[in-house]
Amino acid sequence: MATFVTRRLIASIFIFLAATYLMYNLVALSGDPLADLRDSTAPNKLQLIEARTVLLNLDVPPFLRYFIWIGGVLGLRGTGFFDLGVTVQNQPVNVLLSQAIGSTLQLVTIAAVLAIILGLVVGITTALRQYSGYDYGVTFLAFLFFSLPIFWVAVLLKQYVAIGFNDFLRDPQIAWWVIAIFAVVSGVIWASVIPGAPRRKLLTFAIAAGSAAAVLTYMQLTDWFSYPHIGIVGVAISAVGIAFGVTAISTGLKRRTALRASLIVAGVGIALYYPFMLGFSFYLAPWSIALLALVTIGVSFGIGWFTGGNDPAPVARTAAITGFLVAAVIALDRYMSVWDDYTQSSRINGRPIATIGSQTPGLEGSVWVLGVDTFTHLLLPTIALVLISFAGYTRYSRASLLEVMNQDYIRTARAKGLTERTVVMRHAFRNALIPIATIVAFDVGSIIGGAVITERVFGWTGMGALFQNGLDKVDPNPVMAFFLVTGSLAIIFNLIADLVYAGLDPRIRVA
Amino acid sequence: MSNIPVQQPGHSEPGVTDSENSIELKNVRGLSQAQIVRKRFFRHRGALVAMIVLVFVIVLAFTSVGTVIGDFKTGGWWAYTWNIAVAIENGGRPTLSLFPFAIGNHPFGQDEVGRDIFAVVMRGTQQSLMIMVIVGAIATTIGTVVGAISGFYRGWPDSVLMRFTDVIITIPVIVIGAVLGRRFGDFGAPILAIILGLVLWTGMARLVRGEFLSLREREFVDAARVAGARDRRIIFRHILPNAVGVIIVNATLLMAAAILIETGLSFLGYGVQAPDTSLGKIISENQAAFGTRPWLFWWPGLFIITIALCVNFIGDGMRDAFDPRQRRMPSDRLLRRAKLGEVDPGLSAAVTRRARS
Repeated sequence: MATFVTRRLIASIFIFLAATYLMYNLVALSGDPLADLRDSTAPNKLQLIEARTVLLNLDVPPFLRYFIWIGGVLGLRGTGFFDLGVTVQNQPVNVLLSQAIGSTLQLVTIAAVLAIILGLVVGITTALRQYSGYDYGVTFLAFLFFSLPIFWVAVLLKQYVAIGFNDFLRDPQIAWWVIAIFAVVSGVIWASVIPGAPRRKLLTFAIAAGSAAAVLTYMQLTDWFSYPHIGIVGVAISAVGIAFGVTAISTGLKRRTALRASLIVAGVGIALYYPFMLGFSFYLAPWSIALLALVTIGVSFGIGWFTGGNDPAPVARTAAITGFLVAAVIALDRYMSVWDDYTQSSRINGRPIATIGSQTPGLEGSVWVLGVDTFTHLLLPTIALVLISFAGYTRYSRASLLEVMNQDYIRTARAKGLTERTVVMRHAFRNALIPIATIVAFDVGSIIGGAVITERVFGWTGMGALFQNGLDKVDPNPVMAFFLVTGSLAIIFNLIADLVYAGLDPRIRVA
Repeated sequence: MSNIPVQQPGHSEPGVTDSENSIELKNVRGLSQAQIVRKRFFRHRGALVAMIVLVFVIVLAFTSVGTVIGDFKTGGWWAYTWNIAVAIENGGRPTLSLFPFAIGNHPFGQDEVGRDIFAVVMRGTQQSLMIMVIVGAIATTIGTVVGAISGFYRGWPDSVLMRFTDVIITIPVIVIGAVLGRRFGDFGAPILAIILGLVLWTGMARLVRGEFLSLREREFVDAARVAGARDRRIIFRHILPNAVGVIIVNATLLMAAAILIETGLSFLGYGVQAPDTSLGKIISENQAAFGTRPWLFWWPGLFIITIALCVNFIGDGMRDAFDPRQRRMPSDRLLRRAKLGEVDPGLSAAVTRRARS
């Protein structure tokens, strides 16, 4: 294994060096870096040209200038390790990169994770309900999303989701016919997803439509959109629901130890609700929220492990997932509790969904208010990126699971009398993951490419802007900083894909 | 059609047939590979509709406003052209209406200068279609040749070519497209398309290589070699026809991707340059006007989606046609009818398969 990783890593480094060489030359030759000065009418034009030539070593031809640049990156020029040079305006690229990298990686990571989870869930459910109305509907939508230009979606989102929702928030009244349409649509979706005889489908439809209508009416009556909240009752209901749901999927409800552990975790979550909401959540810094999430997972895992009897691992896994989700619901409620402060603050003025930028300049407030600010800025670009990439994952995971479900060992598993859950989750799903893992890893590069366009539409000053500004000025240094990050990400993910492949599929030897 | 039992490989006695195979055979007996594929393709309703719509769009785009290729110019039946502004009627709003149906002078409206948006969108569609075809042709050719050579010869040609492919694949397509587009965008859409084709072949090369790696170990290749065929003949006459399904399917998907990449690049400003236009460029120019003149935005977007959707559906139909495992299943109603005895040969194979699974 170690030999394989080392060999792959060395090969990847050489490929990456070759790619940077190619990229550097292409950028340097894409235009004239002195064009703006040549056209200028400044009296000291010649000195300016001379100064820029010296600054960027323009007297050295690009195929040699690359080695000056790579020397800086490797720390061979005495200016410290990882020196990315300066831009045309003599700003150090390292500083620009450190400002840009955070927002872009945040956007790309969240979009990629959401797209993978959504794509897997939708792909697997469509494969299990093959040739149903739900399957055909999703297939058509996936093709439609495939074919959408991302900037077009982004402009539509700005117009209808952001501006429309902000207008709605000024006077949040839901018309009765909107409630009716929502109820019918949710009824139709659930009825087509959950199988059964026509009678049972009708029941599903009634329950789904009824609960959708009830929830919307409740929101309408309590002015929920102005003062969003989940509350202790909502948290309790969701926590118990999560405990049952996660157990049903993870180990099956027959496994009483797992159900008990998840319910204990859910109970602990509910018990900690008031201490958290009214007490220690006020003293948290951003990093301690992440730490708290890890502690939650660890404690839940521990509860599962010690109540799990003689096979504790699946129980601990179930409890950990439950704990994480319950904590997420409570955190969501905490974020909602500052929603009113956020929308009423002078910087926001009651129009919370942002269309431009990655944060509101000059906004002050607690960690939670700033968190809400990040969410409202991430919302639209994330939707745009997710819509486009999740369609592909849906198709891949559907095809992959269908392929696996036709294998002989699935028939054997069914013939042994295993439950459908065990057959799907343990025998089919794990094997279906093998090809998906490869495709997802390869796809990371295209998500970053899509992010360049998305950032432009939403006016983010992230890596996309770094790339574009550099390219417009024929300045290889910022472009190469962009490429160093995205290219190394792509290579790391390809390596991970190979390892995951080998880990998931014992037939593949990597020695 | 006579029903003489066909001896199956693996069965010693004539007359013993694998039931599933015989139905399959009845379905395709006497047909060439191309005929079978065509038959299966036309059974895919989505692909068929997509094909008709695409042909309609192509004819509409190229006949309505005429086209310009170099010095060669043709006129069209539409009264306006994409580069000449006329007096603004109706405040520039679209004159197309469904009830009562009327086309009017400017069905898609006009922009702030007075150019007819129908003509502009048609010209943009022409450019996007042309780019799609050129990119598809170039990328497919390069990808097939590279993949075929590295898959067939293995050894050092394989290492060299695949490492080169890895280098190109490391750079995101939008990024390398933008860099090259900035350099070559001014030379017009065909040059841009050629450049894009030179970038987009990597996925195809990997797939064709994989296909060649497995096909070159098959018996028919050994047979050809024993018969004295040269490498070139084995590659082009024996292996390539067997890999053509993979190639065609991916060429279609590549073309759908090419349209979206071109529009994305034009949107960023690295694609087709003024005075010429493309669908992505129209949207990019007009996105600020969405509040006041939404039709400048809706129509080009609609055409991008229509073309990409059609090409994707055709690709899906091709995949079904070339890969019999991915055959569409009959509906429950058809299944019941089949069980009642009204057997239709196309159906029974699927019925047996569904009953087995």
